[in-house]
Amino acid sequence: MKEEDRKLLKEVVGEDPTKADSYNIRKNGQKLDRKVNPNINIISKEDNSGIDIYVKEDTLFGTVNIPVIITESGLKDVVYNDFHIGKNANIIIVAGCGITNNGHWDAQHDGIHRFYLEEGARVKYIERHCGLGVGDGKKVLNPVTEIHMAKSSYMVMDTTQIKGVDDTIRTTKAELDSDATLVITEKILTSKDQQAKTEFIVNLKGENSSTHVTSRSVATDNSYQEFISNITGNTKCYAHVECDAIIKGEGKVKAVPEIFAKNVDANLIHEAAIGKIAGEQLMKLMSLGLSEKEAEEVIINGFLK
Amino acid sequence: MLELKDICFERNNKKILNHINLKLDIDKFYVITGPNGSGKSTLAKIIMGIEKPDSGTILLNGEDITNKSIDYRAKLGIGFAFQQPVQFKGITVYDLLKLSTNKELTKKEACNILSKVGLCAIEYVDREVNKSLSGGELKRIEIATVMARNPYLAIFDEPEAGIDLWSFQNLTEVFKEISATSKGTTLVISHQERILNIADEIILMGEGKIQKFGKKEDVFDHIFKPKKCCKEVAACERGR
Repeated sequence: MKEEDRKLLKEVVGEDPTKADSYNIRKNGQKLDRKVNPNINIISKEDNSGIDIYVKEDTLFGTVNIPVIITESGLKDVVYNDFHIGKNANIIIVAGCGITNNGHWDAQHDGIHRFYLEEGARVKYIERHCGLGVGDGKKVLNPVTEIHMAKSSYMVMDTTQIKGVDDTIRTTKAELDSDATLVITEKILTSKDQQAKTEFIVNLKGENSSTHVTSRSVATDNSYQEFISNITGNTKCYAHVECDAIIKGEGKVKAVPEIFAKNVDANLIHEAAIGKIAGEQLMKLMSLGLSEKEAEEVIINGFLK
Repeated sequence: MLELKDICFERNNKKILNHINLKLDIDKFYVITGPNGSGKSTLAKIIMGIEKPDSGTILLNGEDITNKSIDYRAKLGIGFAFQQPVQFKGITVYDLLKLSTNKELTKKEACNILSKVGLCAIEYVDREVNKSLSGGELKRIEIATVMARNPYLAIFDEPEAGIDLWSFQNLTEVFKEISATSKGTTLVISHQERILNIADEIILMGEGKIQKFGKKEDVFDHIFKPKKCCKEVAACERGR
């Protein structure tokens, strides 16, 4: 593996992806490396449009890394990755895409991830996206996540897009059976003329299912962000959606909440707060000796931590 | 060490500070008191640089800091505990204490600082400084961020505001400790007799002016002297 690929992978995964129990690394639309084990199997789809990941039931503390890197300007990569998580399995999945675009053509990755959690399965899904490179071609990422959660399953989805992505449309759809819980945390930073649109559609079908969606975003320069949440409660269930955004410069953020209670015992809450960094926060940190710029950085880094 | 010369501050045609002159010495515990709207908090904010005076001069050890920024004053050793503690999403108590001390702080050291303000440290050090904390807890953390800096001049703006009686009793002990051990000057804005009792000197403010400034006993006489109404005074004078 080339050193530059290793660097980009580290940017996406946060560490060396080959240290995981199992992994599949994709570069420029092709498989670069793969490792499986007796509990976690990864099989390429026949048309090479993606992979199926099978996690055996009762697997404990498994880890799967499936990063994608793109270094070719002008490439559009569409991939379908399906995760089949067996009954009572407990697993950490790290995914994401890093694009280095040093050319004039747009580079795009559309990752469609479908999760099928069987009864009692527990998944921590970490997804990181970033864009690098000095070319004027755009770096475009359009991830789609579909989550199907059986009875008493539990999933945490932690998504981060901190830098360098010019255009993104992020769609997450979930259906929860009884006693299932889905916790989503999304962090996005946009700058320059970047645009990011995220949409969460959660259908609480089963009794006592619950979801907690937290979105924290920072829009700086002339960037634009749109946050749409659409939660439906069909039975006795609970949902809490929280959208917090900081705007700087000419940054713009639009939050569109939609909560639909179809049952008298559905308890659905939406909170949204958009604004600039509070003057008191700056003053407090400046009273600790930080300059205004340093204080701003601390506040934004903390907000997106 | 700190000298305010002829400070004036006016907003909406109201003289909030009206020709204030004040000198604070090293290593003393001062309390500013007075009715609401007398200009106490504005005076404290002007010392920290949060507000700028319309006229007048602020000198710290002879250096004119009137137009200096908040962070410049902080680096000179002025610390400020806000009346309404500021909350931060994503920033933990430990993060804030590290920023306060401006050094690599171990968790043990952070816990020691929190213990000084009466917080069971291990329960708090990794919590976010947000609305999940009570008013009393936020207040103590705010005070801890100032104590952590060992400031040359520590300003506390109404530490008792917004906290319950029980928390306040514990806070009084914190200020007794500061008074006994601090090597710098402490300036507390307070209405509470228990805090006033700790003071070396008291500054009594009213209508944007310093009405009385001196030793605790002298100012106490002025504050707590029963005021007779004109009728009673006239009757006394007739009887004499």
